Amino acid sequence: MRPSQKSTKTSENFFDNWKRMIQYSQRYWKGLLLAILFAAGGNILTVLGPDRLADMTDTISAGLKTSIDMTAIRNIAFSILFLYGFGGLLNLLQGWIMVNITQNITRSLRADIANKINRLPMAYFSNTTVGDTLSRVTNDVDTIGRALNMSVQNLISSGTMMLGTLIMMLLTNVWLTLTAIGATAIGLISIGIITRFSQKYFVQQQNHLGAINGQIEETFSGHTVVKVYNGEEMVRKEFTDMNNQLKESGFKSQALSSLMSPIMTFIGNFGYVAVAVLGALLTMNGTVSFGVVVAFIMYVRLFTQPLSQIAQSVQSLQSAAAAGERVFSMLDAEEMADESAKTEEIIDTKGYVEFSNVQFSYGKDEPPVIKDFSAVANPGQKIAIVGHTGAGKTTIVNLLMRFYEINRGEISIDGLSTQEITKENLHDQFCMVLQDTWVFEGTVRENLIYNAQNISDKEMIEASKAVGLDFFVRTLSKGYDTLLDEKVSLSQGQKQQLTIARAIIANRPMLILDEATSSVDTRTELKIQEAMDALMEGRTTFVIAHRLSTIKNADTILVMDNGDIIEKGSHEDLMAQNGFYKDLYNSQFDNVS
Amino acid sequence: MNIIKMDVLTTGLIITDENLIIGTVQKVGRLFMLKLFRNLTKRDKFFMFLVLTFIIGQVWLELQLPAYMQSITILIQTPGSELNNILSVGGLMLSAALGSLVLSIIVAVLIANISANFSATLRDLLFNKVISLSMEDIGGFSKASLITRSTNDVTQIQVFLVMGLQMLVRAPIMAIWAVIRISNTQWAWTFSTIVAALILFALIGVSMYFVIPKFKLRQKLTDRLNLVTRENLTGIEVIRAYNAEDYQTNKFKEVNDDFTDTNIFVNKIMAVMQPSISIIMNALTLSIYWIGAILIQNTMSGNEVVLFSEMVVFSNYAMQAIMSLLILVIVFAVFPQAKVSGDRIMEVLDTESSIIKGKETKGKANHSGEIEFRNVDFYYPGAEEKTLENISFKTRPGDTVAVIGATGSGKSTLVNLIPRFYDVSSGEVLVNGQNVKEYTEKALNNLIGFVTQSAILFSGDIEENIAYGDNDQSTPTKEDIRRAAEIAQASEFIEKLEKGYHSHVAQGGSNFSGGQKQRISIARAIARKPEILIFDDSFSALDFKTDRKLRMALQNEMANATKVIVAQRVGTIKEVDQIIVLENGRVAGKGTHKELLKSNKIYQEIAHSQLSEEELA
Repeated sequence: MRPSQKSTKTSENFFDNWKRMIQYSQRYWKGLLLAILFAAGGNILTVLGPDRLADMTDTISAGLKTSIDMTAIRNIAFSILFLYGFGGLLNLLQGWIMVNITQNITRSLRADIANKINRLPMAYFSNTTVGDTLSRVTNDVDTIGRALNMSVQNLISSGTMMLGTLIMMLLTNVWLTLTAIGATAIGLISIGIITRFSQKYFVQQQNHLGAINGQIEETFSGHTVVKVYNGEEMVRKEFTDMNNQLKESGFKSQALSSLMSPIMTFIGNFGYVAVAVLGALLTMNGTVSFGVVVAFIMYVRLFTQPLSQIAQSVQSLQSAAAAGERVFSMLDAEEMADESAKTEEIIDTKGYVEFSNVQFSYGKDEPPVIKDFSAVANPGQKIAIVGHTGAGKTTIVNLLMRFYEINRGEISIDGLSTQEITKENLHDQFCMVLQDTWVFEGTVRENLIYNAQNISDKEMIEASKAVGLDFFVRTLSKGYDTLLDEKVSLSQGQKQQLTIARAIIANRPMLILDEATSSVDTRTELKIQEAMDALMEGRTTFVIAHRLSTIKNADTILVMDNGDIIEKGSHEDLMAQNGFYKDLYNSQFDNVS
Repeated sequence: MNIIKMDVLTTGLIITDENLIIGTVQKVGRLFMLKLFRNLTKRDKFFMFLVLTFIIGQVWLELQLPAYMQSITILIQTPGSELNNILSVGGLMLSAALGSLVLSIIVAVLIANISANFSATLRDLLFNKVISLSMEDIGGFSKASLITRSTNDVTQIQVFLVMGLQMLVRAPIMAIWAVIRISNTQWAWTFSTIVAALILFALIGVSMYFVIPKFKLRQKLTDRLNLVTRENLTGIEVIRAYNAEDYQTNKFKEVNDDFTDTNIFVNKIMAVMQPSISIIMNALTLSIYWIGAILIQNTMSGNEVVLFSEMVVFSNYAMQAIMSLLILVIVFAVFPQAKVSGDRIMEVLDTESSIIKGKETKGKANHSGEIEFRNVDFYYPGAEEKTLENISFKTRPGDTVAVIGATGSGKSTLVNLIPRFYDVSSGEVLVNGQNVKEYTEKALNNLIGFVTQSAILFSGDIEENIAYGDNDQSTPTKEDIRRAAEIAQASEFIEKLEKGYHSHVAQGGSNFSGGQKQRISIARAIARKPEILIFDDSFSALDFKTDRKLRMALQNEMANATKVIVAQRVGTIKEVDQIIVLENGRVAGKGTHKELLKSNKIYQEIAHSQLSEEELA
């Protein structure tokens, strides 16, 4: 299914995006300036070469009938060698500085995107595909990097080369110079026109690339379902459509922008002919020497050669502008509120949690998922939340963790509103085990310890034993150092065991268990239960579970329906009430009739 | 005797020779990624032929230019030349340039077309390959790497094609042409040109030696970038809950730094090339003039003027020759990058599906809805121990079979063998009386409605998700979709949503709760109207009440479908026709709830862990 095309305002303006790019690169201005100076210096030296070469041909030419002044020739030759050598050195330094700058820019673009992911609200991700974001990190930044690397250097050296040559040409002969400039102007104007026309295709190309990356990622992730539902035809069709779009925009952008180079080459040739004819005229008139014309021909080359380089640069700058737009639109997306000003902090957690009149909906215009939720958890209590699927149980946990912000009411811990502390401080209060397990590519050890500090092997193995995972890990080829990648197949239950052990190791003041053991078999669960009970000892705990056996001993059971608490009390109380809970509880024993 | 021996020997030699030749051909083929380019379409190949022709024409025109230039030079040098002559030569030169412009534009458009088309073909091949492969075959590649290969690597090839096609053809022609034009002039000039070319080659050879291994590394690091970023996105809740943002950031930073360092290294070496090349080229011009000066000085024949104009022309052509070589070299510098990507693409395309598809489209008559395992053994590729051992059982049509057992006992693996996610290591799995290996992939899948353990939803809307796929019958009607949702106990919550069945589903269904996701994916299986329904622990996120209603609805509405249920809760399987108890990959018990409760120790343990004595009764 196609990811919904985001209707972000796409400015197809090449210059706007580059302005942004330049702003982003501001911190490198010193290096950039140095590079420009070096490039300019290097190119000026290179440009001086033909002038000295003209001296040389003149010297030879002068000696044609008599004898050539070989000493003069040698002197000129050495001075040329020096010019080229030193010029080359400056160009090399310039190149290295630019490599450092451009690569650092792309590095920080990638890092900024990665950090941005941490600061975006959860809601952002329900409108994007994973693959599209991936495309920004790799494909788009790659495109920018390639362009910066090739074209910025090219532009600096081409620019200085043209400028330097221009000066030399002006010094040599004004009329010939004007001829060369006239030819070049035509070229530059056509670059401008083509850029204007083709930019939108570059933008499309990067967007299509992101979209197709999204489709690929999603299909590969859901490979099982695609296959077993014979969904191949369907995804193939979707893919083909997207692929054709990408082909189309790729062709258009490439075709249009690659017109520039031939045009520039023609302009070069045109200038060449113009100068040659005019030069011939002037020579015949005796206005200029033959040496001047030879030098000028070199100049015209030097002057027009950068043109096709500029054309190529503009082409990659165009794709970079399009890629930059995607990168910056993500970097500019609205972030979660800044919390650096918050000074309140929960330090010595007692574990008194209170929900008062909490109301929440996922979107402004959407009906509330939680209507008016009030509950109290005293320190060390075990609070169970039960109810039908979709009653809002997980939402309560999400609100407690401030994954989403409540619309009305207040949630407080030890009397302090969770709004007044930072998310970081809030998250530090909870170990959390979620319904959807998350195991990343890394060793078993890394997955268990994760970001906890100073965990000894003994502690880790104890946690692993407590959840009944130790035995399995020992059967793996490298034990706790086995790399968990796509080749190791962990069952869903084993993944849950692993994430519970991770929570045990994290060792935080309070606990949230959202269907933590739903895929673990009940015998193993019994074993884990001991570990869990030990873990819950003295910790305020929120449990969501469908296996009501696991929550029977909860201090308070909150029964939710449609975002409201409809019953509240201990297991015995609720059973006595003869209401919703009893119904739910008994349903697990009813036979299918 | 001897003669025969000789014969054998020589034949042997010839054979080795042939092998050598074949080997070399293969090597050369691999080197130039011939296999990859075999995927060019006929149209692409025709366009390439056109490109070749036009480029030759264009180069020919371009090469006229120096000749015209020479005549202009001579005209200027000859006293008394008419201006008209110069103008007419200039005119000819301009029309040649114009012709070359027109041809270049055609070439540019053709190349843009070929490269866009070829990369679309590659993406298409990759995508189709990956979705046609089984999970077993895919296991060797990480998802992140497959994604990089499908877009990033293809882009590398595209970039190369755009550059390479043009230059690979142009450069050699230009070089050869230029060399021919200047070959019969002074040997000293020729010699210095050759020296310059050799230095260039050496320079490029050395840089390539350092750079090429880095290209490979760079694509691998791109995989890593994708992998770590993908982790950040898929684990976002856990990362936030654990305040592990810094941990992830560090992980990303490491990859990012490695990637950047590799790029800096590569580009710095490339940055050495540019000024070095221009020094070499300028030095060559200088030496031609210098040598020219000496030659002219020493000449006895009195043709100094001829020698002088030869010198000017030679320096022009020499430049052209070197430039062309240079372009060729640049192409070869870009080539290794493309080759790395090409190899990575071919690695996927060359992966053979280990599951050989059958031809049957129908099961055996009178066995409809029957599943049978016969002495099935299974181990995961590369694993040392069997995950399943000697599994045998059989269902009758319309039966419900439950599989129960400890975490990691092989329950999911067992049901994965029915739709052939993996092939058995030995034994047989039969569906409708026929080995699953005999079926076409489509036919087998048409029989099955499979619900995965963790619900997999796609971005789109609810209706699209339920109607997902194809079962060779008519596409599900709205009515079918609603009915499926009703059976799956999903209709209630769906209809409460503002947009109902057209509500947006985020990737992975992240905007729905676990139970809602499971019910949508159950509805998806039901909407297929399959003969066999497989639930791989798919009720785990449902509350008991919903679970019960769902099971009842399944029983009533899908009575004809054979159901295989991987379960955790004894309560949910008490009434099924057959329960299979798995323990460490072996069948530890088979029978109904009552039978097992009486005789099977493991089942008793499982049951007692969940329910009290009186509840069990």
